[in-house]
Amino acid sequence: MTAAAPATDPRPSGEHPAEGPKGFVAAFVEAIVEGSSTTVTVLAVVAAIVIGGILIAFSDPHVLGKMGHFFSAPGAALGAAWDSASAAYSAMFRGAIVNFHTVSAASRGGSVTAVFNPISETIVNATPLIFAGLAVMLPFRAGLFNIGATGQFIGGAIVAGYLGFAVSLPPFIHVVVAVAGGFAGGAAVGWFVGFLRARTGANEVIVTIMLNYVAEYFLLYVLGTSPFRRPGRSDPITPFMHGTARLPHLAGASLRINAGILVALAAAAAVSWLLKRSTLGFEIRAVGANARAARGAGMNVERGYILVMLIAGGLAGLAAASVVLGTNYTVDPQIYGTYGIDAITIALLGRGTPLGVVLASLLYGALHAGGVTMVAATQTPIEIVTVIQSVIVLFVAAPPLVRALFRLRTPKQAEAVPLLAAPAVVTEP
Amino acid sequence: MHLELRGITKRFGSLVANDHIDLDVEPGQIHALLGENGAGKSTLMNVLYGLYEPDEGQIVIDGKPVSFANPKDAIAAGIGMVHQHFMLVPVFTVAENVTLGIEPVRSLPHLRVAGRLGLLDRRRARREVKELSARYNLDVDPDAVVEHLPVGTQQRVEIIKSLARQAEVLILDEPTAVLTPGETDELFAILKSLQASGRSVVFITHKLREVQAVADQVTVIRQGKVVEHLAPTATDAQLAAAMVGREVRLRVEKGPAAPGEVVLAISGLTVADDLGGTAVNDFSLEVRRGEIVGIAGVQGNGQTELCESLLGLRPALAGTVTIAGDDLTGADTRTVLRAGVGYVPEDRQDDGLVGDFTIAENLALDVYDQAPYSRGPALRLDALRDIAARQIAEFDVRTRSSEVPVRTLSGGNQQKVILARELSRPVNLLVASQPTRGLDIGSIEFVHKRIVAARDGGAGVLIVSSELDEIYALADRIAVMSDGRIIGIRPPTVSREELGLLMSGAHRDAPAEAAS
Repeated sequence: MTAAAPATDPRPSGEHPAEGPKGFVAAFVEAIVEGSSTTVTVLAVVAAIVIGGILIAFSDPHVLGKMGHFFSAPGAALGAAWDSASAAYSAMFRGAIVNFHTVSAASRGGSVTAVFNPISETIVNATPLIFAGLAVMLPFRAGLFNIGATGQFIGGAIVAGYLGFAVSLPPFIHVVVAVAGGFAGGAAVGWFVGFLRARTGANEVIVTIMLNYVAEYFLLYVLGTSPFRRPGRSDPITPFMHGTARLPHLAGASLRINAGILVALAAAAAVSWLLKRSTLGFEIRAVGANARAARGAGMNVERGYILVMLIAGGLAGLAAASVVLGTNYTVDPQIYGTYGIDAITIALLGRGTPLGVVLASLLYGALHAGGVTMVAATQTPIEIVTVIQSVIVLFVAAPPLVRALFRLRTPKQAEAVPLLAAPAVVTEP
Repeated sequence: MHLELRGITKRFGSLVANDHIDLDVEPGQIHALLGENGAGKSTLMNVLYGLYEPDEGQIVIDGKPVSFANPKDAIAAGIGMVHQHFMLVPVFTVAENVTLGIEPVRSLPHLRVAGRLGLLDRRRARREVKELSARYNLDVDPDAVVEHLPVGTQQRVEIIKSLARQAEVLILDEPTAVLTPGETDELFAILKSLQASGRSVVFITHKLREVQAVADQVTVIRQGKVVEHLAPTATDAQLAAAMVGREVRLRVEKGPAAPGEVVLAISGLTVADDLGGTAVNDFSLEVRRGEIVGIAGVQGNGQTELCESLLGLRPALAGTVTIAGDDLTGADTRTVLRAGVGYVPEDRQDDGLVGDFTIAENLALDVYDQAPYSRGPALRLDALRDIAARQIAEFDVRTRSSEVPVRTLSGGNQQKVILARELSRPVNLLVASQPTRGLDIGSIEFVHKRIVAARDGGAGVLIVSSELDEIYALADRIAVMSDGRIIGIRPPTVSREELGLLMSGAHRDAPAEAAS
C-alpha cells in the first residue's frame, strides 16, 4: 500500500541531492509553498470543513437571532456561531471516531462495544466506497472514465443477492461463492462497456451513463419476478440472505463491522500490485498515459480496455456484495444508493491511487457516520455532509482555487503531474 | 492593392524563422513563394495575416505602413487567407460558413431592435455566395452542407469566404497539397480569374510545376531568408537549386554496403490516409540485409502511412509486405515487432514514448511481458532497472537515474532511449522515420552511427527523412517518394538538383525504371 506514495509526490526525493537532509519544519513549509497535490488535497478538506462550519452556524436559528444584533454585540454573535459549529462538529466526531462519554462509561464497567461503535460505523460506511472508488480509479489510469459504477453495482447486487438467499451451501463456501458472484455480476456489466468501447469505439461515458438507467430498471424488473419475491411481501424486495452467506462480523454481533473491510483492503492492495508490479498494469498505465505509443509498442489497446472495464465492473460488484451480504442482508430497488456517484469523487480525491482511494473512502465513511449523529444531536440538517463532500471535491478539482485561497505558488511546469489521466483534462482550466 | 513586406524578421527563441524578408506583391499579380518545408514560408504568411507580430520590419499597403494585431485587422485591410487546414464548420451550409462572423442581418420594419439582435438574412447570404460563385466560376451551391463537399470545393468555399470579406490579396498556403490533379487545374483557372479582376494572389508551394504554370513572379525562401527572385520562366534546375541550396553535408563514418538477402519486400502496397484518400499507392520496394535504403521526399507524400502500415498500425488495402521471409501483410504490431523489426517513429513523443513513464519503463515498453522483464503476470522491477542501467550506459543517455520520467529528457536523449529499446532486441529490419529531427549535432552523429552499426550488424535499414543531408549521409540507395509512390531510385552519388527535382514531383521516371 505504500506503493501509492511515490505516485502522488510530484518531486522524487532524489530531486534535491545537493541540499543535504532537511528539517521536518522546512520540508513542511516547502510542501505548503510548493503546493504539492497531497497538500492541496489536505487543504481542500480543511477549507471544506471551515466552509461547512460557516454553513452550520448560519443554518442555526439561534445563531441567526444573535446575528441580528451583530453590530451591537459582535462577540455574542460570533460566539454563538462558534458554539453552533463546534457542537455540530463534535457530534460528528462522536459519531465517526469516538465518544468519550462511552469511554468513561466503559471504564466504570459500561459497554465496551459502545466505544468502538463510531469507528465501526465509519468503516462499514467506507467499505463499499473503497470498492466503488477502485472501480472508478482503475479505468482512470487506463484513460477511461467509468461513470457506470452504479450499473455495475446493480449487476453485482443481483447475482450476489440471488446466491445469498436462493442457494444453500456450507458456511464458509457460501459466502465465498456469493462474494465471487457479486464480482462476476459487476464484471459482466463492466465487460460489456469495455467490449463496446473496444469494438465500436463507443464513448464509455455515454455507454456507462445509459447502462446505469438500464440497470436500475432491470433491477426493478428482476425484483418483481417470482424467484426474487419475499414470501408475504407485495413490494419488490428479496428474501433475507442466509446466515451462511453473510459476511462474518469482526467484533461481535452488536457492531456492524464485518469481513467486507478486509476484502476491500485486499482489493486495494491487489489493485496496487496490479498497477505497479504486473505486466497487465504496465499495459493499462501505458494505454492511459499514451495510447498511441502503447499501440506502437505492440500492445493491444482494445484488449486493455476490455480487461480494465471487466475488473472495474467486478470491483463495483464487490461493493454491492459488501452491502448486500455485509449490512443490508436483502436487495431492494434503492440498494445502489449514491455509491456510483460518490465513487467518482472518491477516485478524484484519492488522486488515482489505491491508497488514496482507501483514505478518501474512510473520510467519506466518517462524514456519513458522523452526519447521522450530528443530525440527532443538533439542529444541523444532514445536507451539510453533502455540502462538505461537494466542497472538498470542488477544491480538489480546482487546484488553482485552493492555491489562490492559501496563496500557494504554482508548481513548476515540469513538475506538474497529471493526477488522473482522464479528469485532469476535464478539471484543469 | 500594392502589398510590400520590408525586412520582416520573426524569431522563436534562438531560431530565426524569418530573416529580413522583403516581398513585393503588385496588384493583379500571382506571386509564388517557393521553399522547402520549414523554410519559413508559413511563418511569413502568418505574420502578414496578423497571427504573429514581426520582431522587425514593416508591412506596407499602398505606400502606407500598417500593423496587424490579429487576423481581424488583416482582413479589414483586405487580406484573405486560405489555410492548408480549412477553417470551416462541417455541419453548416456553404452560405452559413461564408457569412460566419459577418452575418448579414435584417430588421423587421416595426422592430428596429431585431436587426441588432441578429435576425439572419439568409436570403442575402445565399445571394452573395451565388454571385461570387458565378463571377469567378467557382461552381459552389450555397445550400450544400460543407462536410458533404469534396475537398476541392471546400477550398473554394474558403476562397469565397475571403472574397465576401472584400479581400484584395489572397494568400493560399500549399493549396494543392490536398487536391487531385484535376482540381489543381481548376484552382489555377480560378486564380487566373481572380487575377483578371485585379486582385493579387500569394501562392505558397514547393512544387516547381505549379510555379511555372500559374505564377507571374517567384520568390524563393530558404532557411528564413529570401535567396532569389526569379521569373517563372526559370528552368526546373534553376528553381530546384535555389530551393534546396548547397549546404555543408553531415559526415558519418561508413564503409561500403554489403547487401545480402532481401529482408523487406513490399509489393503493390496501397494504404489509405486518415481521410480515406490514397496515401500510399501501389508502392513496391525491396530492402536487403546490410544496406540502408533512404526514402527521400517532401513530407506528406505517404511516408508516414507507409511506415505505419509496415508496422501493422494502419491496414493495407492491397499489396503484400514480406519481412525476413514471412508474409506479414496485415499482421498486428506485436507480431511485426517480434519478427525482428525495430521502429523509430516519426513523432517520438506521441508515438515512441510514454512521457510520464520512467526511462526504465520506456526501455521495456515492447518487451515488458517477456523474460527477463516478467515472470508470469508479475513485472520484475529489478530486472527493468538493471537492464535499463546497462542500456543507458551503452547508448549514452544523459540522465542521473533510470527512474526519472522520460519527458524530462532532452530530445536527443529521448531519441537515444528509443534507439536503445529498438536496437537491443535482435533486429532484422530497422524502420526509422525522421530519426534526427530536432536533434543537436552531437545526438545526430550518435544516432547516425548507431543506424550504420545496425546495418553493419546485418540488419536491413529503411530510413525516411525529409532532410536531404540525412539521406546523403546514411543511404546506400535513395528511393524518392512522391504522391504515395517511388518515382525513382538513385545511388547516393546523385546530385542534389536531380533529387530536388524528383522530390518536387517535377520529373517522374518511367515506371520500368522505378521498379528496377
